[in-house]
Amino acid sequence: MLNFILKRLVQSAIVMLVVALLSFFLFNFVGDPISNMVGQESTTKDMEELRDQLGLNDPFIVQFGRFVVNAVQGDFGISYRLQRPVEDVVAERMPATLELVFVSAIIAILLGVAGGLFTGLKKKHWFSKVILTGSLVGVSLPTFVIGILLIYVFAVKFQILPSFGRGEVVTLDSGWTTGLLTLSGWKAIILPSITLALYQTTLILRIIRSEMLEVMRADFIKFARARGLRQRDINFGHALKNTLIPVITVTGLQIGSLIAFSIITETVFQWPGMGSLFIQAVQFADVPVMSAYLVMVAFFFVMINLIVDLLYFVVDPRLRVEVRG
Amino acid sequence: MLKLTRKLAVAGFVLGAAAAPFAAPVQAENVLRYTSVSDASTLDPHALNALVTLMIDIQMYDALVMRDPGMVKIPGLAVSWENLDPNTWEFKLREGVTFHNGNPFNADDVIFSIKRAQADTSQMQGYVNTITEIRKIDDYTVQFVTDKPNPILLDQLVNIFMMDAEWSKEHGVEAPQNFKDSQETYAVRHTNGTGAFKLESREPDVKTVLVRNESWWGNEEYKHNIDKVVWTPITNDATRVAALLSGEVDLVTDPPIQDLNRILGSDALKVEQTAQMRTIFFGFDVKADELRHSSVKGKNPFKDVKVRQAFYHAIDVEAIKRAIMRGMSVPAGMIIEPPINGYKAEWDENRLPFDPEKAKALLAEAGYPDGFSVQLDCPNNRYQNDEAICQAAVSMLAKIGVDVRLNAQPKTQFFPLITGKTTDFFLLGWGVPTMDSGFAFDYLLHSEASWNASRYGTPELDAKIEAIRGIVDVEERNRIIEEIWTQVQADIPYLPLHHQMIFWAMSKNLNIPIEPNDMPRFYWASFSN
Repeated sequence: MLNFILKRLVQSAIVMLVVALLSFFLFNFVGDPISNMVGQESTTKDMEELRDQLGLNDPFIVQFGRFVVNAVQGDFGISYRLQRPVEDVVAERMPATLELVFVSAIIAILLGVAGGLFTGLKKKHWFSKVILTGSLVGVSLPTFVIGILLIYVFAVKFQILPSFGRGEVVTLDSGWTTGLLTLSGWKAIILPSITLALYQTTLILRIIRSEMLEVMRADFIKFARARGLRQRDINFGHALKNTLIPVITVTGLQIGSLIAFSIITETVFQWPGMGSLFIQAVQFADVPVMSAYLVMVAFFFVMINLIVDLLYFVVDPRLRVEVRG
Repeated sequence: MLKLTRKLAVAGFVLGAAAAPFAAPVQAENVLRYTSVSDASTLDPHALNALVTLMIDIQMYDALVMRDPGMVKIPGLAVSWENLDPNTWEFKLREGVTFHNGNPFNADDVIFSIKRAQADTSQMQGYVNTITEIRKIDDYTVQFVTDKPNPILLDQLVNIFMMDAEWSKEHGVEAPQNFKDSQETYAVRHTNGTGAFKLESREPDVKTVLVRNESWWGNEEYKHNIDKVVWTPITNDATRVAALLSGEVDLVTDPPIQDLNRILGSDALKVEQTAQMRTIFFGFDVKADELRHSSVKGKNPFKDVKVRQAFYHAIDVEAIKRAIMRGMSVPAGMIIEPPINGYKAEWDENRLPFDPEKAKALLAEAGYPDGFSVQLDCPNNRYQNDEAICQAAVSMLAKIGVDVRLNAQPKTQFFPLITGKTTDFFLLGWGVPTMDSGFAFDYLLHSEASWNASRYGTPELDAKIEAIRGIVDVEERNRIIEEIWTQVQADIPYLPLHHQMIFWAMSKNLNIPIEPNDMPRFYWASFSN
């Protein structure tokens, strides 16, 4: 088990290095940060000096080497746009994104599992059809359209929820800022988290439904019925448990993409998280922030995958047996 | 000591809060909730010469010379000034002014601030690099000596904000941010000016809160009733408009043009507009021997003024105004705007008429009866509808046989083409913060100018441009400015399209004068109840 984790960690480090290299390579095409950093009155000489100062004239491999050496020490340089150390800026923005992703994931899992079970068990029920048709909306409409639609209905028309921002935030002792302790914070998170969760909800719902349909036909379910078990025990104790493996895989990976998807949601709702930070960095060609962000997202994905793999052991006894043998 | 004060402050706050229910009801605060597309990247007044930074800083910092909403120069921290001899200016400073931290403002702060703006890491050098010496006569009198007569010194000083010498020393910000040190300097997120508002809190990209400075020297003169300004930038166009429509903000200074009608449809909102100090134009590389992307080899069609005239005749600027700008632009015949010294209405209003037949004839005369192909470089996130304007031009030019390949890209990729001077044909916008033609000459028309991607310029013209930098005699100077423009208007290195307009959408009970430089100043705002 320990061996497995160690192997995984080494692999993760390689993955992150490759991501860093690729992203760094791509940054050569996002444009020149210099023209954004200087005003229109600057001379060509000023721009050259600044370029030198930032080391942008060095060969690619030198720039990349410097980035990796510093990054390993936790130093991602200074943001060209905000003129502050990147790690500070990212640390400031991370709570907003993680809270949004957390709330969205909860919504997606609760609604997805409940809806999946219902539609899987009562496939002829009229409400199942409503759910399935409705869930199509979730996959077919792009996130920003849903976001703007929700803003229009709940912020402009009825004026009951805010259209942007995070509401009032409370700073905890650890430096973590949270909006989940204030009423305005909860109000502010409703629309963005629903927007972000919609796609994932649909996905989980549909996977659970099809798995349920599959499992309910299996022999061990028939056998359980024959043993005279209560239908409820069969549904939850036997059937649901056996649908969980694919669900965990997908959900885990989806939490990673929630972080990635949050870029669009955050932009629409002006949510002050890492996604909107990244978008602004791209527009500005703020290379230090972009590289830090991509490395971090890679890190999240790698960690989530690791956790997913470990969860398999917990859920599926067969895996444990194989490892021992 | 610092800790103790903080504790006391906290205690005071708690006591105050406890006492509040028994106090007389306080009159409701006037809070101005403001949004715009982007946030300032730094608050350091000399680190970055960018509109958003200047906009937020001008609420908190004052300059020696200010402008009123009509862009006329008025006394700021200097109450009067005098040109002792062509190279020497004397400024009398306002007495009794204090910085937000209570420090008095005097001649030492002026000297410090000018020196700071001249530092290597400052981007405001261009405004102060003619000043060679600053003399302190007494605490409230300073003299500036310039290397040669500088007719636009006052216009330049409008942009130089005064900082507190002691405060800057105390926090180690005697010079603006150096990108080499990967450290944030104190002045990036903290301010200490003499201005109308004090910084209460700052979360970059999220929220900046300013509170009224009760001891501002201008409170008597410019009576405003804004107690607090809450600035929350919103990047997404639709969300920004939604926030205004839902009443969550009071003022938007950059509503998308296509949403103006919807905003006007609301009973609680109004839209103010004025001509902006920014003109949009096309530019041609008139110097290259061969264009980089063109079917014409071995020569450069843009070298021939007839080709440039043909392009001019081919562009239907009224159609662009109607279809793309939704009527919200002022067609231009000059690349500078009305309030700028050197502007002439007869040039601006008399564009070469839209006449495709004549354009074709001119092209034929120039030796291109079948046209040619060329690449147009265009930004797609810098000016109002920039890419759409370029697309329209592509189809208009196609009608005279010119095959234009459009290369529209984000400004981070586009601007290097301009400053690197590696574009054949481009769209650019320009504004003149000093209100004088000299600025446009220095950056767009001198043959060595940093933004002159047309590479236009002759030794005679360069000599004239250099000459006006040092002529104080207004009439003589204006005569030369007119000569230069006469030449430029005939040569057409730039094809003027239109002056952009500014729109500020706001709630009906807010009054704030709209300014052509697109910088709201909250000390001129008021709520009517």
